[in-house]
Amino acid sequence: MIFKILFRNAFRHKLRTFLTVCGMAVAILSFGLLRTVIDAWYIGVEASSETRLVTRNSISLIFRLPLAYRDTIRRVDGVEIVSYGNWFGGYYIDRKDFFANFAVEPKSYLELYPEYVIPDDQKVKFTSDRKGCLVGKKLADRFGWSVGDTVTLTGTIFPGKWDFILRGIYEGRTKNIDETLFFFHWNYLNESIKKIQSTSVDHVGFYIIGIENPYIAAETSEAIDKFFKNSLAETLTETEKAFQLGFVAMSEAIIKAIQLISLVIIFIILIVVANTMGMSVRERIGEYAVLKTLGFRARQITMLIMGESMVITIIGGITGIILTFPAAMGFSLAVGQFFPVFNITGETLYLDMAVTVTVGLLAGIFPAYRAVTVRIAEGLRRIG
Amino acid sequence: MRNEELILSINNVFKSYHRGSQIVRVLENISLELERGAFLALMGPSGSGKSTLLNLIAGLDYVDQGTIEIDGVDITTLSETDLARWRSVNVGFIFQFYNLIPVLTAFENVELPLLLTSLSKRERQKHVSAALSVVNMEDRVDHYPNQLSGGQQQRVAIARAIVTDPTILVADEPTGDLDRISAENVLDLMDRLNRDLGKTIIMVTHDPSAGKRAHSMEHLDKGVLNHDL
Ligand SMILES: Nc1ncnc2c1ncn2[C@@H]1O[C@H](COP(=O)(O)OP(=O)(O)OP(=O)(O)O)[C@@H](O)[C@H]1O
Ligand SMILES: [Mg+2]
Repeated sequence: MIFKILFRNAFRHKLRTFLTVCGMAVAILSFGLLRTVIDAWYIGVEASSETRLVTRNSISLIFRLPLAYRDTIRRVDGVEIVSYGNWFGGYYIDRKDFFANFAVEPKSYLELYPEYVIPDDQKVKFTSDRKGCLVGKKLADRFGWSVGDTVTLTGTIFPGKWDFILRGIYEGRTKNIDETLFFFHWNYLNESIKKIQSTSVDHVGFYIIGIENPYIAAETSEAIDKFFKNSLAETLTETEKAFQLGFVAMSEAIIKAIQLISLVIIFIILIVVANTMGMSVRERIGEYAVLKTLGFRARQITMLIMGESMVITIIGGITGIILTFPAAMGFSLAVGQFFPVFNITGETLYLDMAVTVTVGLLAGIFPAYRAVTVRIAEGLRRIG
Repeated sequence: MRNEELILSINNVFKSYHRGSQIVRVLENISLELERGAFLALMGPSGSGKSTLLNLIAGLDYVDQGTIEIDGVDITTLSETDLARWRSVNVGFIFQFYNLIPVLTAFENVELPLLLTSLSKRERQKHVSAALSVVNMEDRVDHYPNQLSGGQQQRVAIARAIVTDPTILVADEPTGDLDRISAENVLDLMDRLNRDLGKTIIMVTHDPSAGKRAHSMEHLDKGVLNHDL
């Protein structure tokens, strides 16, 4: 019966409840979307492996390292695989259609990144074709490429038109793997620029190093950097995670702002729901007084009011959660190139639910407290 | 020596309210005794403290001084929780504005006090049907309060008051919001409850003709009782 009363009470003011539920839905929707944006931002960090190190020029990423370092790094204890590559910075047709493209040493690179799943025949063709390229499934879908196509990129760092033959399309082993990357042979780049830009020849932008286990990451990094101390190009080695975090850190202020906004949204909806509950309880204070007269206790009155508050927030919350999926899809379509992976995580959904319940409880507390503490005689006087 | 037939015994009760810094003395040294099966009308001008006294008897408020003994229990010593439990067992309330819960049907409204008992659903239904037939409302069980006339609502409210078979019934101006005929109806009903079912009733009223239906009368004036018959 308590449930009957609280449900019916929740829908007594249809418009008020409807508006509050809508507000709640929009709040949860925005909260979920903003969280997903933040998740998308950190996806590189998320997806990074603890057994991969990145070595780069200690001054800045834009300075390169000699290819000769490869053999030295290989000899460091704990190092299993060494790969390397360059940021290429090319674009396809329209400069604004951004995607990341790298020149890498294909065999070792793919060995280091087992999360890129490629059919065996494609893998063989890609690694053996000097002009071959490998792209993520989402990228291939975006531009309508299929295996065997010739893809021409326009270089920005390395000027000119660059022709590649699409030899493979990879898919991520898990949902959080970036499927918008473009890889081709480092050798092809190196040989091509020999003719034009002799300074860059035999230099790499970064080394990716596979180590035996995560526990030796710190000492191995240190050992590598020590080797090149006082050399012409000193190195900075860190875990892939730290490296990715370094990128994210640049936009930390924006992320903080987004986090703040998502909290503000929750706070606003809390006020809205609390106001709705406050109004409803104030109007019905006499009814609660009658229930108390009949012998109903604080616990039951509290349950009635908290329950009503929960009914409103949960309906709104669930609506919001359901709407988050199409909204995220739309968002991803609109700005997908900036967020290669845009997935609503389980964690976001849990948080959505936690926020829903918390708002429901907090919004109900003060009205419930008032209804419980108002003296019966006082409450009864307000009728009529 | 306690008289076994005495159901209510009020001894030297004082009650005042604070309004800001001002103290409003509402009841001054009230003493009153009532026998089981009595039907008392409590009359007096507006603001004389009738509702205040009724609320004290019904265990809705605490006295400043004095004792109120009902069926052998001094309710002024009960904690708030105990008092709530005591009310649910011993007191049936009838209000001027009926005070039915608008989102519940007549049947559900009458069932409400029984939720605090250990009765099974079937037993509750039996009690509710019985109470509704006493007040002649068994054909309106599924109506919501706003689908009933004032008199009908008051009859449902009376059914709610008697469904737990309480020790005393308290009514604060039960006919104050009703037209003549509905009021007579309600008074007939209360009379029947008193005569046929032996209910002890204390009724606050403004209306002298309502007062006459009771078997005894007390006048409150400025917080003091004037006994007469
Ligand atoms: N909670 C309260 N706080 C302050 N004063 C109160 C409170 N309740 C009652 N009073 C005062 O106590 C006095 C008696 O009030 P009460 O309601 O008992 O009168 P009444 O005899 O029932 O009047 P009426 O016939 O108009 O219902 C009034 O002066 C009223 O203003
Ligand atoms: Mg009164």
